Amino acid sequence: MPSDKLIELSHAASLVPNGATMSFGGFTTQRHPMAFVYEMIRQKKRDLYLFGHSPGGDWDILIGAGCVRRVELAYEADEAFNTVGPRWRKAVERGEIEWEDYSNFAMVSRFAAGAMGLPFMPIRSLLGSDVMHQEALTREQRAADLRTSPQKLHVMESPFDPSDRVVLVPAIHTDFAILHVQKATIAGTVRIEGQSFADVQQALCADHVIVTTEEIVAEEVLRREPERNLLPFFAVHHVCHVPFGAHPYAVFDYYDYDPCQLKTYHDGAPDDGTFQEYLARYVYGVKSHAEYLEAVGGSARLDGLKADPAYGYSPNLRRRRLEG
Amino acid sequence: MADYTLTELMAVTAAREIRDGEIVFAGTGLPMLGVMLAQRTHAPNCCIIFQAGTAASQLAHLPMSVGDPRNMRGAALAAGLNEVFSYILQAGRVDIGFLSGAQVDRFGNINSTSIGEDPRHPHVRFSGSGGACDIACLARRTIIIALHEKRRFPERVDYITSPGWLEGAGSRQKAGLIRGGPSVVVTTKGVMRFRHENKAIYLASYHPGLTAQGVAEDTGFNLDIEGANETPAPTSEEIRILREVVDPERIFLK
Repeated sequence: MPSDKLIELSHAASLVPNGATMSFGGFTTQRHPMAFVYEMIRQKKRDLYLFGHSPGGDWDILIGAGCVRRVELAYEADEAFNTVGPRWRKAVERGEIEWEDYSNFAMVSRFAAGAMGLPFMPIRSLLGSDVMHQEALTREQRAADLRTSPQKLHVMESPFDPSDRVVLVPAIHTDFAILHVQKATIAGTVRIEGQSFADVQQALCADHVIVTTEEIVAEEVLRREPERNLLPFFAVHHVCHVPFGAHPYAVFDYYDYDPCQLKTYHDGAPDDGTFQEYLARYVYGVKSHAEYLEAVGGSARLDGLKADPAYGYSPNLRRRRLEG
Repeated sequence: MADYTLTELMAVTAAREIRDGEIVFAGTGLPMLGVMLAQRTHAPNCCIIFQAGTAASQLAHLPMSVGDPRNMRGAALAAGLNEVFSYILQAGRVDIGFLSGAQVDRFGNINSTSIGEDPRHPHVRFSGSGGACDIACLARRTIIIALHEKRRFPERVDYITSPGWLEGAGSRQKAGLIRGGPSVVVTTKGVMRFRHENKAIYLASYHPGLTAQGVAEDTGFNLDIEGANETPAPTSEEIRILREVVDPERIFLK
């Protein structure tokens, strides 16, 4: 039998050293491992190097809390809840973060190359754009960190047809991938319900994979329908049982995003003072994820977010931008 | 004539660009309104693709992001970004992509990255490309949605996040792009298209209550207004569907 990989969330976060390269699962408003992110902020991680396609508040709060030094990304926002991550914007405009811009397809292809053990992936995107022509990282910044590709990308003619041009994007390898999923076994077999985003590619290009899960399920249950599973147990190193672990973001089939909490975050985050108040109240001011869930309103708030099984989300959730 | 708002006029105008049976790659906001309206009017068989990993959703509630769990409703396929970008978009299966940004220039190039001459030290930073650059490169044609202000329509955008017609006719092909390009720009003031011979933008119509000259004055480059007429108004049925069926919660409709 595969071994038991279940550990506490605080223990899992403590395994990440300062300066680690990481990626987080999810996409803008769904399935980010937020409980893990909050725990990393409480543990005062520094100099993290993040890779992502379309992160949202997971990156924004980490950047704002001073945990991040360099990122490679395509997008940083919560879409309709806020079209730019406020702390990401501030960090760039103040020169407090090093970054490189790609597109979503480029980033996903880079994760896929790493996951397949290839040095790069050819794509037909980026041609003619400034995502291709411009580099946000200087040559010196690239050379200063060997984990950054020495070159952003490379344009190449097909060896089979010189009139055909592709862009080669470099593979990503990270120290850690952190996913938040619906179901996992204590051995690490993973089932993701709904859109899988790029979680599989991100996991398979990482040296250490930590999965936080809404539910722990028996191994034989997931093995009854293996075609619905996305990662085998041998690709996962640690498992944490964290219900509501993506709050305030959604988890398909379990709960919806929390429009009130997202409004509270986005109303306060653009200002340094009110952002620090948010951290003090919801991150530093609580000792655990259980205390965080109480701080945001406990079951009175969370019950209203629970998914209707017929939809996989909460069809009656009040989402219109709340005033005042 | 129906009573309607500017957002409703833009959603209807965008919806009318979609033909029945087309595959549409949509982002958050007005594009979702447009596709959901088209599905309930003249294009019942158009499909909506979300880059986060769903194809042909039958949306029952308006999503607030392309990663929204609402996108799973009635979908023909749920997968991830790699499947959508590689097998659907790059393979040439997307007819229309919707795009927007902070700046649009006279060749339909779009900036959603940053404002300022040096992107390493921007005056204002935005979210970045997301899937926009990929859609601009690989969809068969694109529809651009934009706020129409002089500073948002400069001669050249500060940063080409999403390539339009680049420097005009032939330049996409020269850059190595194998298909695509913008077909229309729906703004808060009018509808712009691109001249066949040089791919430069021109004003096709101005919204009711405005004039072609007025729209030109709110544009940062010399806007060709020859032949422009008034944007057709929405029908009362289109407005009813938008308000009662597509966005009864008034998430994006104003």
